[in-house]
Amino acid sequence: MSQAKNLINGSGRRTDGRTADELRQIKITVGVVKNADGSAFIEFGRNKIVAAVYGPREVHPKHMALPDRCILRCRYHMSPFSTDTRKNPAPSRREVEISKVMRESLEPALILEDYPRAAIDLFVEVLQADGGSRCAGITAASVALADAGINMRDIVSACAAGKIDNKIVLDINDTEDKEGGADMPVAYMPHLEQVTLLQLDGILTPEQFNECLDKAIGGCNMVYEIQRQALMQKYFGNETELKEEQ
Amino acid sequence: MSSSKRSTIIVEHLRKQQMWDAISKGKRLDGRNLNETRLIEIEQDIIKKANGSAKVKLGNSEVVAGVKVETGEPFEGLENKGALILSAEVLPTASPYIEPGPPDEETVELARVVDRGIRESSMIDLDKLVLVPGKIVYTIFVDCSIINTDGNLFDATSYAVVSALISSKLPIFEIQDGRVVDTGNSQDPPITTIPISITTVRIGDVVILDPTAEEEACMDARITIATNSNGHYTAIQKGSTGAFTIEQIKKAAEIARIKGEEIRTKLKELPKTG
Repeated sequence: MSQAKNLINGSGRRTDGRTADELRQIKITVGVVKNADGSAFIEFGRNKIVAAVYGPREVHPKHMALPDRCILRCRYHMSPFSTDTRKNPAPSRREVEISKVMRESLEPALILEDYPRAAIDLFVEVLQADGGSRCAGITAASVALADAGINMRDIVSACAAGKIDNKIVLDINDTEDKEGGADMPVAYMPHLEQVTLLQLDGILTPEQFNECLDKAIGGCNMVYEIQRQALMQKYFGNETELKEEQ
Repeated sequence: MSSSKRSTIIVEHLRKQQMWDAISKGKRLDGRNLNETRLIEIEQDIIKKANGSAKVKLGNSEVVAGVKVETGEPFEGLENKGALILSAEVLPTASPYIEPGPPDEETVELARVVDRGIRESSMIDLDKLVLVPGKIVYTIFVDCSIINTDGNLFDATSYAVVSALISSKLPIFEIQDGRVVDTGNSQDPPITTIPISITTVRIGDVVILDPTAEEEACMDARITIATNSNGHYTAIQKGSTGAFTIEQIKKAAEIARIKGEEIRTKLKELPKTG
């Protein structure tokens, strides 16, 4: 790590042609899984991730139920064909950890006290991975939770920032993650202004750390706008079009 | 599958109230200030069969880390680097709530966060641990056994790993007639920096350092930050189901740098045994 060069060219463009403050193309489609109570499909650069929510529903096994609130269960999983070399379908330690941080990044936004003795099951399946899949997964998951009509305090938007060629840039892709100097995934509740996920690997000076955190949160705010549009499109799609026509 | 769960220990309502009252006045139930860590006791080289070892007590949390060095194939994509493999197990001795069995998600997270702190700082210069490029490299195993838990296992385990690696002696292997031979001599490991992990937790609006198990049971959110000898950040992990404001994170990062330097000085002053 960290000594790779030329991730930014002379005119300030990155390997995929983006500038330092540019997100990859993001497209969110709401309600793609017909059987689920809520779902979303996200294309985040070359990431393709589907998130589906079932619940609130009865808890099995029953002893897991909590008397005062709902439990949230979360599975992050990568399909065997999602990576360059085939991924063993059994859950890896990385997936166990991401399932945990993903759940912990979404729980602050959910009003779980509204559904005592019930469970909300969230399944996030990475069909194609391209760096930043946990952020894309969280982004899709919170849209799916909103689509399922679950009471929420805020939506959770996620985006990473990192360091390549000693420069802080937004939304690290796969190549930049592998060859760059640092990667910091952040999940953020834009209205409550609170951070619900923060991880870092790589080396940052204190100044770079502050810059990186601020940049990632800026990215989360951009992602939030796309999430909002996607939800509006599903629930008020025709209305918005009508208004525009008038 | 990851799932919400009850608190690991049940702190009675009154005890919680007591804790909040104390914390809002700037004191903790064990008499510490908000930014005070517990006493750290480190014993190095306690396991003679290992290539390096350390026992760390952070308050009542107790961790033994052992280093074993072998040779093996490098990891895919990292053909010209030695391999570092870190594991952690919370032993059934550690608390009445632990049962034997495969690691649960908290233990997986513990091992991965400690690993990240060590690996991302490049504490061990893995480029220097190659015997035949692309074929045979040194493989350093650091295995951690948690013997007793009283909160903040992230830091206790991290200090144990760092102390064990500092105390370790790597056997010198050579290639003779295409086979790996142990020369019987040993060398110091190629240590480039000393990463120190600092965990802060938020209870209500108050942020405290080095939580006990009781405080962890009442916490809203946790953040573990590792810094290297230059005071640069090398790994971060936010945990638990609460959130932080941006100011709280920046403050925690600042504290991690200052406190990290204090603890690093302490680790460096350890008498070199073995």
